[in-house]
Parts: sequence; structure tokens; C-alpha cells
Amino acid sequence: MTDIALTKKNFTSDQEVKWCPGCGDYSILSTVQSFLPELGVPRENIVFISGIGCSSRFPYYLETFGIHSIHGRAPTLATGLAISRPDLSIFVITGDGDALSIGGNHLIHALRRNVNLKILLFNNRIYGLTKGQYSPTSEQGKITKSTPAGSLDTPFNPISLALGAEASFVARSIDSDRKHLTEILRAASLFNGSALIEIYQNCPIFNDDAYQILKDGETKNSAILQLVQGQPIKSQTHGVIYQEGSMKVVELESVSESELVIHNANNPDPSYAFALSRLSASVLDHVPIGIFRNVSRAEYAGQVNDQIAEAIAEQGPGDLESLLTGGDTWEVK
Amino acid sequence: MTKTVVPLHQVTIRFAGDSGDGMQLTGDRFTMDTASLGNDISTLPNYPAEIRAPQGTLPGVSSFQLHFADHHIQTPGDAPDVLVAMNPAALKANIRDLPRGATIIVDRDEFSPRNLTKVGYESNPLEDGSLDSYKVHAVALTSITVAAVSELNLTRKDAERSKNMFALGLLTWMYHRDTKSTENFLAAKFAKKPDLLAANLIAFKSGWNYGEATEDFAVSYEIAPAKMPPGKYRNMSGNVAISYGLIAASSRSNLKLFLGSYPITPASDILHELSKHKKFGVITFQAEDEIAAVGSALGASYGGALGVTTTSGPGIALKAEMIGLAVMLELPLIIIDVQRGGPSTGLPTKTEQADLLQVMFGRNGESPAAVLAPSTASDCFDIAMEAVRIATTYRVPVFILSDGYIANGSEPWRIPEVADLPDLRVEFAKSQENFLPYERDAKTLARPWAIPGTKGMEHRIGGVEKADKTGAISYDPVNHDLMVRARAAKVAGIEIPDLEVDDPNNDAKVLLLGWGSTFGPISAAVEALRLNGEKIAQAHLRYINPFPKNLGQILSKYDRVIVPEMNLGQLAMLLRSEFLKDITGYNRVRGLPFSTVELIEAAMAVLHD
Repeated sequence: MTDIALTKKNFTSDQEVKWCPGCGDYSILSTVQSFLPELGVPRENIVFISGIGCSSRFPYYLETFGIHSIHGRAPTLATGLAISRPDLSIFVITGDGDALSIGGNHLIHALRRNVNLKILLFNNRIYGLTKGQYSPTSEQGKITKSTPAGSLDTPFNPISLALGAEASFVARSIDSDRKHLTEILRAASLFNGSALIEIYQNCPIFNDDAYQILKDGETKNSAILQLVQGQPIKSQTHGVIYQEGSMKVVELESVSESELVIHNANNPDPSYAFALSRLSASVLDHVPIGIFRNVSRAEYAGQVNDQIAEAIAEQGPGDLESLLTGGDTWEVK
Repeated sequence: MTKTVVPLHQVTIRFAGDSGDGMQLTGDRFTMDTASLGNDISTLPNYPAEIRAPQGTLPGVSSFQLHFADHHIQTPGDAPDVLVAMNPAALKANIRDLPRGATIIVDRDEFSPRNLTKVGYESNPLEDGSLDSYKVHAVALTSITVAAVSELNLTRKDAERSKNMFALGLLTWMYHRDTKSTENFLAAKFAKKPDLLAANLIAFKSGWNYGEATEDFAVSYEIAPAKMPPGKYRNMSGNVAISYGLIAASSRSNLKLFLGSYPITPASDILHELSKHKKFGVITFQAEDEIAAVGSALGASYGGALGVTTTSGPGIALKAEMIGLAVMLELPLIIIDVQRGGPSTGLPTKTEQADLLQVMFGRNGESPAAVLAPSTASDCFDIAMEAVRIATTYRVPVFILSDGYIANGSEPWRIPEVADLPDLRVEFAKSQENFLPYERDAKTLARPWAIPGTKGMEHRIGGVEKADKTGAISYDPVNHDLMVRARAAKVAGIEIPDLEVDDPNNDAKVLLLGWGSTFGPISAAVEALRLNGEKIAQAHLRYINPFPKNLGQILSKYDRVIVPEMNLGQLAMLLRSEFLKDITGYNRVRGLPFSTVELIEAAMAVLHD
């Protein structure tokens, strides 16, 4: 615990922030800086590790420990650090290209192991730093510099991918909704294991207004399906029901309130959260926002260190001399 | 019946059979029994990449060669004096290495027409006279073993499986080895399978009795203990020695050992060995791929652990970008490359030294790293500790270039006293005002190792070029030039011992210079050449980056410098470019260590040029 209560200012580094004007990263940074004092963790025990991409500049702007690593590999450094230093609070900052394209392998393995990492995936559905090529979350048919005739790739749904990789804490938020993002960060920080937070983030230069439907007063009330624990899943106009074994978005007027699915992020069956994740795809007319899954299971680094503690408890601490002189030996006089 | 006992100075035995015949185990056991009798030993396991290649075929032959002597020896022996061949494939694959007059022991039962045809024998070599110039013992190994264990009511397959112990028993008799140690070993191995324990013990004893009782074997041999420096010894392979060296370094530095590794032949045994030693606080992490393996090690180093990654050539290629990051972050990192035949998948189970230029230059930008190479299996222990000293003192990535030969081969290792091991303690940066993450130590040029958890030292580092001292992002041209040169100067300035030259009368004109695992065969060749009256100097590089400071001076002293390498001339290329010295290369890439004879011939060609 810290001696004096820290504030947002204490978590703001002296580096000039260099994102494009209007970038969604600014509001995410500001939200994170405001949230960190709440963690109650001394600054020196917090580490932000990023890969490559616009969002990966994030650690430079935080007055904590930080590594701006190489493309896609942040989870690998973070995993090694988390296992050897379970006392630290470690955040991974990544983007849709960094996490889902070049670093896809590391992301899924960090999630399945459940290493104590909070992974913030800034999803702007475009490559920004390399100036506007399509990303693994770009909608099919996307016209970009590298796909003048439209992209052919089926996009990833990051929430579905994370759930398929055995992630136990999976959530989605929006860059401009500071209150919501703060709530999600709070819940993630209470989760002991890998938490994946997909943050819809606007790139004003190469993919402007990709999430406008979730931001405009007129459309957002109908598009955002709030995931609130213990509450029916609905927007102001639509709700989610079970129909023929799967989930469906229907107009609220067409069903009674009692037919709506009551959200339970603690549902041990991952197919529940997976079904929720499939309610939205490239077209964002109905998008669940909030915590999809929050189910506790054994954390990885803790187990690694438990095995070591058990070995020491059973056999006593290692003695170098007995190691070196162990096995079949013989004496030469 | 009284049998003749003949004293010998040295023997080379090769056990060969199907990869499922247990030849590696048989060889290991014979090695242990031999080492404990005080002979000097050197071993060479040689096995196919396939776990179970088709039975009885040439690609499926696995072998284990052991050279033991009553004097100091350097190599596993050029040519076997004795070949134990468990089937026609094993005979065919190995016969060309046998000098005339060598002893061959075969399992006669396996020489069926079908098995002979499978490997292309048109007639039975046991009967057609083609082996007349050898001493052949055709023993009905399988049927005697099966008969001996018949009372145990085992399946035919389980009964036959014990035949390697019959062979071991026979050799144990032939060379007067002690039976106790193998009996104890079997008791421990099959503690939970009493039937198999009984079968193996009976087979082992039957083999011994066969030698003792039958007229086929009239002579047995004795090899007196070798004169070795006094001390406590154990048999040691390179991979285990590296593992122990890392544990020792962790203990002597008070740093937690973290191994991030992805399984790959022939390096996996280091991962296996280190995973056994959790009570030393050793963390082993089997990563999802080679990149994650080195990334996790670097992450652990950042947190103040001793980050290590182990791999072979293909893995180094994958790790290159992360090693570049380690160069930029200026953090300690140990990268162990147990080299194998390349390129690509190459020869996974065979040895080679062709990764030298890859570890020197295989990264983008000016990306210097230290490079060390152990010269013998037991040197792997010292090299591991030395790599840790350099990595933690200078905050640089350090490569260790081992290879398949010394990784799996073994020799007696004089166990050091713990108190004599180097003190490797390091200091992390302490809390301070106005901390400068890239301010260099005046002597070592190392930057501070400021680990998370140190109050007031929050700072950001990364792969983007750093401003001198502050470590902030900098695209300034002058700063980049300065930092590139600073990183190069840091590695160039690593303090290492001078190279020692073995030139007994200081009158040689020719220098035989090697690096890494070729030390054994080169030393054996030099010894033989000198006995023959030749004047030749020998030196061996354990440090390749940086080179020892006196290397240029040494090279200039000799008219001719021969560099034998298991590659097409990689060290030679470095030497020529660094010292403008002409080098005579001797280069073979056959996946096998050099033989002493070929090195003698190569040296003679230069000596009498």
C-alpha cells in the first residue's frame, strides 16, 4: 500500500503524448491514469508492457515501469515477468494487429494458462502505424491501401477467440465511455488470472467513425446491449432471448421482460459467453458491451510457485554441493 | 576352465542396434560401470531423428560408442575395436568404420533371410566369408535370452526385450566390469515391475555367464585405471553440465533461475534436467514457441531473474528479433544454442558448428552479443557460469554455442568445490533521485539494472532507439551513432582471459586453432603429431565475441594457422576479416565429430607443404 494517496497526476509521465488529434487512445489513457490510483498498488509495482502499433506507445505516458517491446510479443515478456515476479501488477497493451495477427499465438496461450495479466486490446479494426492496411478485425470487403478491391479475410471476433482460448475473464468496452471502461478495469483488477478487455477504439485517420453507431445518441441506445450481472440483457429498444437453442436479438416490444436472458458472467459453461459474443459481428447494429465471462480458476504463476514451494517443503531447499556430488561418483587419490 | 586375461591400454566399443533395442541405455550403463573403475572415458551417442524408424532397417540404426583407457583420452575413438551388432542392419551400417582385426559380436538369431534382404545382404555375412578378417562371435543372443527367462512366463516381446542386458552382461564379463552397479540400476528402474526386473537381471547374468562358461570367449581384458588429477569424479554430459552450471550460477549470484524453452533436439535435455530442480527455486517454463521462450526469459531478466533460453539453430533463427530487443534493452540474457546439422531442419540428431555466424550477425541492425563456446562436456559447467558473469556484469545477451556432440557425449568430470566457484553477486540499482536508466558505468559501460518494485525508479524502456542517459525515445542522428557505438564498445570491452597457446618448445611454425567441441579430436591429433616428432602449436577459443585480446598477436607469430571446423569456414572468415591473417581451413560437415586421423593428415599436409 502507498503512504500517500496517489492521483491521476502521479501516474502521468513527463513524455509528450504523440497520438493523432482525436485518437481514441487519448481517452483510454486518461481513463487508465485516473483508474490506477484506485488499484492501491505502489507505482513501482505496476508494469505496462506493449508490443508495436499506435496503442503500444501507451507505456511511455504512464509513470510506472514499462516496456515497449516488439511486434506481437508483449504477452511473452509479461508471462516471464509474471511468473518470476508474482508480486507485480502487470498490464499488457496491444492492438488488433499486434494481438490477433502477428501475436495471435502468444495471446491464446497466455489466456489458456491464465497468467495474472490484464490485457487491454485496443481494437480500431485497422493498421494505423503502418498507415492504413486492413487488420484481422476489419470487416470483409474493406477497401484499404493493401486491398483496393476489398479484403477477402473473414475477420476475427476477439471475444469469441478469447473464449475459445479458455479465457476466464473477457469483457468489451468503448474508448469514449470512461465510466464503463473504469468499471471493467476495476472488475478485471479483482480477477486473479488473464483478463482480456477488448476496447473499441476510434482511429480518426484511417478508419474514422468505425464505431459511430455505438456513440451517436440516436443509434447507441438501440445498438448497445448492456451486460449487467443479474439483469436482463437489453438495449433501450432490443433484448436478447433464447430461441431454438441459441441467442437472438429481438425488439423489446415483441417479447415480455421475463423472456429476456438474465446475464450471468459467472456461468461456468463457456458456451453461454460464446453465444453472447456471436450476437455481433462486423455489422454493429447490436453489440453486447460489458463482462462476457468472469469465472475464477487457478492462476498460472501461483501454481508454478506452489510447485517450487512444495518441492522445498518436501525435500528442503536445494544444496549445491549435494547436487554436484550426487549420482554415481568415484574418488581418484 | 581357466581363461586368459589380457591387459590393454585402451578400447573403443560400439553398441549398435535398432532404435528400439535399448542401445543408448546399454551404452550408458557400460559407461557408468567403466567410469567408476577409474578409466578415462569419452562417449558418442549416435541415433536417428525418428523415434522408432522401421525395425531392422539402416535408417533405424542407433549406436553408442565408448572409448575408455588407462590414460588420459580426448575423443570417443576414431574406430571401434569391438562392434556389438544386434541385427544385420546394425552390422551393415557400422562395418565400414571397423578396422580389420576388430571384434564383432552379433545376434545370430537376427540374421534371418528376411532381415538380410531388408538391408540388401545377398548372402549371410556370417557364412559367406566376408567377415573373415574380423574376430566374429555369432551368439544366439535372442534365443538364449528367451530361454533363460522362460520360467517367468513373459510375452515373447517382453522376453526378447531383455537381450540388450544379455549383451551388456557379456561385455561386462569381457572387460572385467563390476556387476553391482548395473544390478542396482535395474533394481531401481524396475522397482515397480518385478517381472521385468527379474527378466533383465537374468538376461544380464546369463550374458556374463556366457562369457565365463563358453569356449567362444577364451580371452577377457583388463584396463587399469587412468592417472587423473586427484578428486571426486562423476560422469558428465554437456547438457547436464550446462544445467548444473546454471544452477550453480543462480546460487552464486543469488538470482532466481528462469528457463524459457521450447523443446528441440538436441537441447531439450537441458529443459528436462532443470525441471527436476525446483527445490533450488528454478523456474522452467515450456513456452508455446521459440519466440515466447526467449521473450519470457527476457521478461524474467527485466524483473531481476537470471533469464535463460535453450534451443538449437532453427530456434535461434526464430528468436533473433527478441535477442535484438535484449541488445536494445541492455538486460542480461543467456541464449544456449546446442547446434545440430543445418540449414532448416537439417540433421536434428547430428552435430555441426554452423551457427557461429548466425549468432554473431543474424539480427537486424548493429546488434552485438557475446559468444562463448565450451570445448568439452565438462567445460559446459564452467562456460555456463562464465556466461552468467558476462551477462549480469555487462547487461548483454550472451550466446553459448554447444553442439550435439558434447551435449550428449560424456566424460569424467572432476567435481569442483563449491567454495572455489566464482562469486557472481550483482547489485540492482537502488532508489535514487533523478534516475537515468541509460547512464553507463564508466568501466563496464553497463546501464543500471533497475528492477520493478524499486521505489522512485519507474521508467520506460523499449526497442525504439534510446537517448543517451535518459533512455527516452530518440530519433536524433548523432545520438543513434553514439548509442550504436556504445553498445558495440560494451561488448568489445568485456574482460576475458588471454588465449593460452600450447607450444612446448616455442618453436612451432604451424598453429592448430579450434573452437568449441573440436577440442578433443584436435588435442588427440596434436598429441600424436608430437609423438611423431612434429612441431605444432595448439590453441582453443572459448571466447569468440569478443576475441581474446592477444589473439592477433598469436596469429601473427605463426607462419600457418589451421582452423578445423564442422562448417565451411565460419571462424576462419571472422579471423581473416578481423586480423587480415590467412587461414587454412579444414572443414567437414558430416554430422559427426572429427576423427583424430583425419586431423593428423590435415596437419601433416600443412607441416610438410
